[in-house]
Amino acid sequence: MAVCVAVIAKENYPLYIRSSPTENELKFHYMVHTSLDVVDEKISAMGKALVDQRELYLGLLYPTEDHKVYGYVTNSKVKFVMVVDSSNTALRDNEIRSMFRKLHSSYTDVMCNPFYNPGDRIQSRAFDSMVTSMMVQVC
Amino acid sequence: MEAAAGGGCGSGPPLLLSEGEQQCYSELFARCAGAAGGGPVSGPPEAGRAVPGAVTAAAGTVADLFRASQLPAETLHQITELCGAKRVGYFGPTQFYIALKLIAAAQSGLPVRIESIKCELPLPRFMMSKTDAEIRFGNPAELHGPKAQIPYSVTEKNTFKRMDDEDKQQETQSPTMSPLASPPSSPPHYQRVPLSHGYSKLRSSTEQMHPAPYEARQPLVQPEGPSSGAPGAKPPRHQASLIRSFSVEREPHDNSSNYPEEPWRITEEQREYYINQFRSLQPDPSSFISGSVAKNFFTKSKLSIPELSYIWELSDADCDGALTLPEFCAAFHLIVARKNGYPLPEGLPPTLQPEYLQAAFPKPKRECTLFDSYSESMPANQQPRDLNRMEKLSIKDMADFPVPAQDVTSDDKQEQNKARLALKSTVDEALPKDMSEDPATKSGLLPPPPALPPRPCPSQSEQASEAEIHPQLNRAPSQAADSSPTKKDTPYSQPPSKPIRRKFRPENSATENQEPSSTVGGPASAATGKPHTAVQKQSSKQKKAIQTAIRKNKEANAVLARLNSELQQQLKEVHQERIALENQLEQLRPVTVL
Repeated sequence: MAVCVAVIAKENYPLYIRSSPTENELKFHYMVHTSLDVVDEKISAMGKALVDQRELYLGLLYPTEDHKVYGYVTNSKVKFVMVVDSSNTALRDNEIRSMFRKLHSSYTDVMCNPFYNPGDRIQSRAFDSMVTSMMVQVC
Repeated sequence: MEAAAGGGCGSGPPLLLSEGEQQCYSELFARCAGAAGGGPVSGPPEAGRAVPGAVTAAAGTVADLFRASQLPAETLHQITELCGAKRVGYFGPTQFYIALKLIAAAQSGLPVRIESIKCELPLPRFMMSKTDAEIRFGNPAELHGPKAQIPYSVTEKNTFKRMDDEDKQQETQSPTMSPLASPPSSPPHYQRVPLSHGYSKLRSSTEQMHPAPYEARQPLVQPEGPSSGAPGAKPPRHQASLIRSFSVEREPHDNSSNYPEEPWRITEEQREYYINQFRSLQPDPSSFISGSVAKNFFTKSKLSIPELSYIWELSDADCDGALTLPEFCAAFHLIVARKNGYPLPEGLPPTLQPEYLQAAFPKPKRECTLFDSYSESMPANQQPRDLNRMEKLSIKDMADFPVPAQDVTSDDKQEQNKARLALKSTVDEALPKDMSEDPATKSGLLPPPPALPPRPCPSQSEQASEAEIHPQLNRAPSQAADSSPTKKDTPYSQPPSKPIRRKFRPENSATENQEPSSTVGGPASAATGKPHTAVQKQSSKQKKAIQTAIRKNKEANAVLARLNSELQQQLKEVHQERIALENQLEQLRPVTVL
């Protein structure tokens, strides 16, 4: 369902970014980049006191003309950003949440690999295949 | 084949050799002749003239061979005289065969006489030394032909004297990779070759190779002489014994039909090896190895990190960051395959799935008969034997790993050489050394359970750096599980003394200073260990002191900051009061002035 999936590290550099090849990838990269500001805003808006209760799922970050951007933050400040097509109206919030959950669990699997150094680009084939499965339907 | 068994010798009787003997002797002769380059030998020059066309065996190699039979020198002299070599001045085929027969007779206890060789005799036994074997057999990679395989089987059989009929069945399935291995009496060679060469050869041409040696073997078996059922069966039994001893591939037949991916099948001996390696990292086979431990271990294989990462991904089925025994075996096997040039599969092959591995090899601690046989030639002590076995295996593996990648570090080489040469002596040394070293090194290395065994010198420099990291991590004395991760610090050639270590540890731990992070240092002597630890202790004490000081300072800072803010508040209030009072004063003054 997603058009573009990105995993951003705590320091705001991308660990993994992948978009479906139909459109100009650069545009999606730019959208993800700008969405980071929104993510940061949402995180800080929670306040220090609410850190424990902060939701991992951030919801719709901002809508554009033909895309919607959703965000998700882990407890270690790793951000998942997903861009979906606006024309895909059948997508509900729960589905987005479940997609993020899948992303998160795949990400933890990647983390479990002792040969993976946090901060490296994610090159795990399992992660790739999982993301592909999430993106395939769009094309 | 030199079939001049009967005729040539002038004074000797017609020589009747059984098929097996014929084969055996001819191979030995070929080997000696081959080693000599096939040329004539020391002896009077007329010997060369007398038999221009015949192949003669080099006296040097023949002498070596005879010495390997472990007969006393006079007996050997007698034999050489009797067989006619002294007389004719060279070792032709007939002389050689007669000599071998006489050796067999002597070894069976019969007097060294011409008459004694007329009866049926067992084959002569030759205990090959390592160096002899190396010289003789040369580069194992070249020994691809069937002919070369057979001498091994012969000596193998001779050394171990195993004739298992039931293995006939298995030999039909098992590939002939085992014959490529070097002579069995020296386990290092045995292990080295299968892992490095045998597997690659195996994978590439399992099925094709298999029938070939059989066919080649047949022509070699001369049908002349008394051929009974037994000698006829001897060649297959040679291989059977060989296979049994090497215990190469012994999967049941139906398995191979279900899973055609041969490269991904773990053989018995591989399984044993993996299990031993696992035990070296984690003594409890039912427990698992943590990620960092496994990472360090597999990194030594010198594969690239992405590949190792992918292998981990494949093998860690439950993605828990730890490897159980089947997962570990799968990962190890993938690494071995990769080192041998096999591309990594897309998914975990069915033969490497944890469930399959667990089902196929339910007993992790299977005693391989192979290793039992080695125990004869090894010191009787259980632990040195394990050490030897493991050291040899691991050394071979170490040899494997760097060799294909061709980037042997000096440490590795040094370690291999040292370990190989000083194998037995280090075993004996290591044990008592451990006792003395433990107090010194342990304090540095780790608190109780895990302490790194102070491996004989060369490996220690390697360990030192790794050891430092782990002492910090594994502080808790009671955690036996940590023992393995740290143990694993030592390079492949580690394990067996682990069990020893653990016994000593409890006594030592009590007396042990729990200070961490003392490097083992280069020389494995307690004296140098102690100054090291003393220095390290001081520095660590200082570190601790500094840390506590830092903490205290931070607390003080916080207190002072709070105080500061309060005082600032008060100051502000006071200021405001003052301003207010001044205002009042201003208002009041004009009245008074006026």
